[in-house]
Amino acid sequence: MWPKEFDYVRASSVDDAIQQTSDNTDAKILAGGHSLLPAMKLRLSEPGKLVDISRLADLKGISANGTLSIGAMSTHAEIAASADVQQYCASLATACGMVGDHQVRNFGTLGGNIAHADPASDPPTVLVAAGATIHIKRSRGERSVSAEDFFIDLFTTDLEDGEVITRIEVPNLSGHKAAYVKMPHPASRYAIVGVAVILEMDGDTCKSARVAVGGATVSAMRASGAESALSGSSLDDAALNAAASAVQSDISDALMGDVSYPESYRQAMSGVYLKRAVKAALG
Amino acid sequence: MSTRMFGSGIKRREDPRLITGKAKYTDDIKLPGTLHMAVVRSPHAHANIKGIDTSAAEAMPGVVAVYTGEAMNLPIPTGALIPDCNLITPEHPSLAKEKVRYVGDGVAIVLAENRYQAQDAADVVKVDYEVLGAIINPEDATKDGAPQLFDDVPNNVAFRWLMGGAENQEASNKVFEAADVVVKERIVQQRLQPTTMEPRAALAQWNAATEEMTLWVTTQNPHIHRVLLSGIIGVPEHKLRIIAPEVGGGFGAKIDLYPDEALACWASLQTGRPVKWTETRSENYVAMTHGRDHVEYVELAATKDGKVTGIRSTVYAGMGAYLTTFGAGIPTILHALIYCGVYAFENAFADVIGAFTSATPVEAYRGAGRPEATFLVERLMDKMANALDMDPTELRRKNLIPKFEDGYAAPTGVTYDSGDYEPALDKVLEMAGYSDFRKEQEEARKNGKYLGIGVTTYTEICGLGPSEVNGAIGFQAGGWESSIIRMSPTGKAQVLIGVSPHGQGGATSFAQIFSDGTGIPMDDIEVVHGDTNTTPMGWGTYGSRNAAVGGAALAGAITKFKDKAKVMAAHMLEAAVEDIEYEDGQLYVKGSPDNAKAIQEIVLMSHLGWDMPAGAEPSFEVSNFYNPPNFVYPFGAHIAIVEIDAETGTVELKRYLAVDDCGHQINPMIVAGQIHGGLAQGIGQALCEGSIYDDNGQLLTGSMMDYAVPRADMFPNFELDHTVTPSPHQPLGIKGVGETGTIASTPTVYNAVMDALKPLSVESVDMPLTPYRVWEAIQNASNGGSA
Ligand SMILES: Cc1cc2nc3c(=O)[nH]c(=O)nc-3n(C[C@H](O)[C@H](O)[C@H](O)COP(=O)(O)OP(=O)(O)OC[C@H]3O[C@@H](n4cnc5c(N)ncnc54)[C@H](O)[C@@H]3O)c2cc1C
Repeated sequence: MWPKEFDYVRASSVDDAIQQTSDNTDAKILAGGHSLLPAMKLRLSEPGKLVDISRLADLKGISANGTLSIGAMSTHAEIAASADVQQYCASLATACGMVGDHQVRNFGTLGGNIAHADPASDPPTVLVAAGATIHIKRSRGERSVSAEDFFIDLFTTDLEDGEVITRIEVPNLSGHKAAYVKMPHPASRYAIVGVAVILEMDGDTCKSARVAVGGATVSAMRASGAESALSGSSLDDAALNAAASAVQSDISDALMGDVSYPESYRQAMSGVYLKRAVKAALG
Repeated sequence: MSTRMFGSGIKRREDPRLITGKAKYTDDIKLPGTLHMAVVRSPHAHANIKGIDTSAAEAMPGVVAVYTGEAMNLPIPTGALIPDCNLITPEHPSLAKEKVRYVGDGVAIVLAENRYQAQDAADVVKVDYEVLGAIINPEDATKDGAPQLFDDVPNNVAFRWLMGGAENQEASNKVFEAADVVVKERIVQQRLQPTTMEPRAALAQWNAATEEMTLWVTTQNPHIHRVLLSGIIGVPEHKLRIIAPEVGGGFGAKIDLYPDEALACWASLQTGRPVKWTETRSENYVAMTHGRDHVEYVELAATKDGKVTGIRSTVYAGMGAYLTTFGAGIPTILHALIYCGVYAFENAFADVIGAFTSATPVEAYRGAGRPEATFLVERLMDKMANALDMDPTELRRKNLIPKFEDGYAAPTGVTYDSGDYEPALDKVLEMAGYSDFRKEQEEARKNGKYLGIGVTTYTEICGLGPSEVNGAIGFQAGGWESSIIRMSPTGKAQVLIGVSPHGQGGATSFAQIFSDGTGIPMDDIEVVHGDTNTTPMGWGTYGSRNAAVGGAALAGAITKFKDKAKVMAAHMLEAAVEDIEYEDGQLYVKGSPDNAKAIQEIVLMSHLGWDMPAGAEPSFEVSNFYNPPNFVYPFGAHIAIVEIDAETGTVELKRYLAVDDCGHQINPMIVAGQIHGGLAQGIGQALCEGSIYDDNGQLLTGSMMDYAVPRADMFPNFELDHTVTPSPHQPLGIKGVGETGTIASTPTVYNAVMDALKPLSVESVDMPLTPYRVWEAIQNASNGGSA
């Protein structure tokens, strides 16, 4: 409730934000504040300075031109309501619509969400399944990294000090069947387990499948065993059951649990929710 | 008036200010020159304090003073001194001196110019701890070898209470020996964290010129606070004013006088400046009292044709680190006395062991003892029905106490006021379509769907209570209530009450009672509560006593009010007092309603005092103090219908139906609101709430990220109805309703879940019935789940 004293500046540009955080390792980027401020109030995080990027026009806006480009400062609510997102990657809209409550969705941003990399977050799971690309700016220029390589561990990403996420790029998946399903934690409503599937169908046959799991794991991750179990199948019960067991082994080295929902349960639920995700994707 | 105010479901007059954020809570009150207090709390559950170094904190900017327990002597008293149970009441200092006994125990306070500075300094108070072993489970706490929390409390046993003594224990044994069937269960009534929307806060202002102390505080009972605080800080009661401004929920956890509140007053005395303390939610979860926390071994005895004869228990009741105000009274008096529920059992016996543990102290939490009792009775009734292969509703029906209008002496020693249980049961069964449901359930089971139904019939004891009983059971408080009606010359009324509503809608329902009784319009009535300087002595709001006892006090005041008005009216109308009628605010001679005097005119003339009847006092004020002759016993029947997702263990509450009988309802909308809130908390206990400590005594559910408070989207629309069986002794026929929803709903939902799980051979799961626990039980059961 009572953070340590800190300075606050509003960055004038992305470059300004990069400079202010590169010069001062005690400084942190402030986006929607819905992960950072709670941590500061509990004194789990004590930055000396906040550099606010939430109003930078360069980091806002969603556009769809062959691929979907989402400015890092787009809020969960904007993404959930965006017609472009609905068209290119509807399951990302679903995931953002499941984040927290109205207040959180109106303030929290996709850039902040992925930079924070809470393992129980929703959007990262979809971004990994969708093969999204994270675009990053730093003093030496720009770089990009795939979502799959971006999320490394609990609250740990590929992002380095002095780097700012500028936008998230998602391929056009409008021809695919996709879904994100989540078992919410009864207390926090974050994901106990979240599963995203993206299926390329050829008639009744699944040509290829991309599957990612979050919540149950230390970070959002691809489940390649489950993907092969689904690919080439007609998504019948046998294939779903095979995929359900495969996903449990896919994530077995990366499991995460808490006092109410241990690893074993989350692992089992990844199988259940994988099946549900496929069924939801097929409508 | 065309419609009666009593019984009308009008909107609550307190809601506009609450909903629009205009209401003033303790933390909203700002006084110039205020110092802010932060409490340094123990991070260990059990540790010796080897030393405290405050020098760094004292040197921090804005810090005015840092105090440790050595500087003061502020022991927190115990309120429920239950006799005949070898109760030990160890000293509870406001700041721990030699030892800390739970995570959250205060060790020092910092006073600074603002709250941030206070927290900065609190962070650098250095405490040298020698960490000792922690013990959280109340049963384990009593075993040899458990860490000893107090030198003079062997095996951590705070008390051992046998209901009815050894004699009753023997009688109980006989009943059980004679029984054809006995069912048993081990029940864990998990520890709960009462989550009030407003955490605790205190603002103390010492006025050195007048030698008066004012404390604004989050309390359910300002008058009790005044008595207790006066003894602790040494400011006499007539110089001590306690104000409960808007209070955002209490549920029992705001009954106690807390160390933090005494510390704020003491600090104001030391510094001569106002001192404010407002806790954070994290602080609230470790330092505000918790509820429940029993480990119970319970048994029910019956004949083979389903006549239940006896109930008995061994209960290990966790007290936490210290005895709270009511602590020892909850698992004993407020619990075991209702072991017979609505049933004509021959005998009830309880062996209750109160155990100190290294956890947050335990106090009343909505229902306090009665939810635990109702749960064990109703759980055992379902088990017995299974054992006898009877329908659970039929077993209940067979054992119901027949209708009574004026007294039923239960074997527990209490006398229920009135009851008519079967109509409530019939009604709820009909609303639910019980027999059709059983068919539907069977069909669903064939399709691998797990539907379940739980039916509870209950009564409870509330409206605390006759003062003589308080004396006999060692409750260091009276049980009566008070009301003053103060009329202004223009006919406006102030109704001053001793109870202290904090969310129950008392300002509306008391105005309704008064308007209904006197014909004074609602808009002309102000209900005043929560300030010891303006309201008459009273014992506060808990135990569903607001309307049941406070309302009775007001009813008596209304009678005096009318009598007084009639004397004046008789004088003005030149008639005999016996001939005066008082109707809808008009007073007239019987048979001549056209020549009436309005009550407002009578009040004005009484204030002017120009022409008073002989012996009558001028002005217009009456007071009434009411000691209830008995408790009240609301009752009812509830049904829950659930569906289990066997793959995940998730419980979906599909329908919840409640027929409650709280006698006459003052305001049906408020009654429904009380039931809704009670249901939410009771269902919360069944499905999602529960404190979890690790072996070191760390509270793992210390934030809302981990402690699952029930939310609206967990619930279907509650389907409510009622029957009306007035209390024979309460002047308005009212019974309490603040706790019934909590009392009945936990076993109702639990039994529904167990009913659903029957085909999967799951017989018992410890609450809360989270998806993981249900899933795990399904996995472990012999014929397994499909997951
Ligand atoms: C009550 C509540 C419930 C929630 N429930 C959920 C839920 O169910 N599911 C879910 O997924 N999430 C949930 N969240 C988290 C929510 O998604 C947050 O909004 C999000 O995690 C953080 O986004 P933000 O914009 O608020 O970031 P901030 O809190 O401002 O920043 C978070 C971190 O990211 C860094 N950062 C921010 N933007 C950038 C950038 N562009 N480049 C580099 N670094 C950056 C900051 O320095 C900081 O370290 C919840 C949060 C709350 C408060």
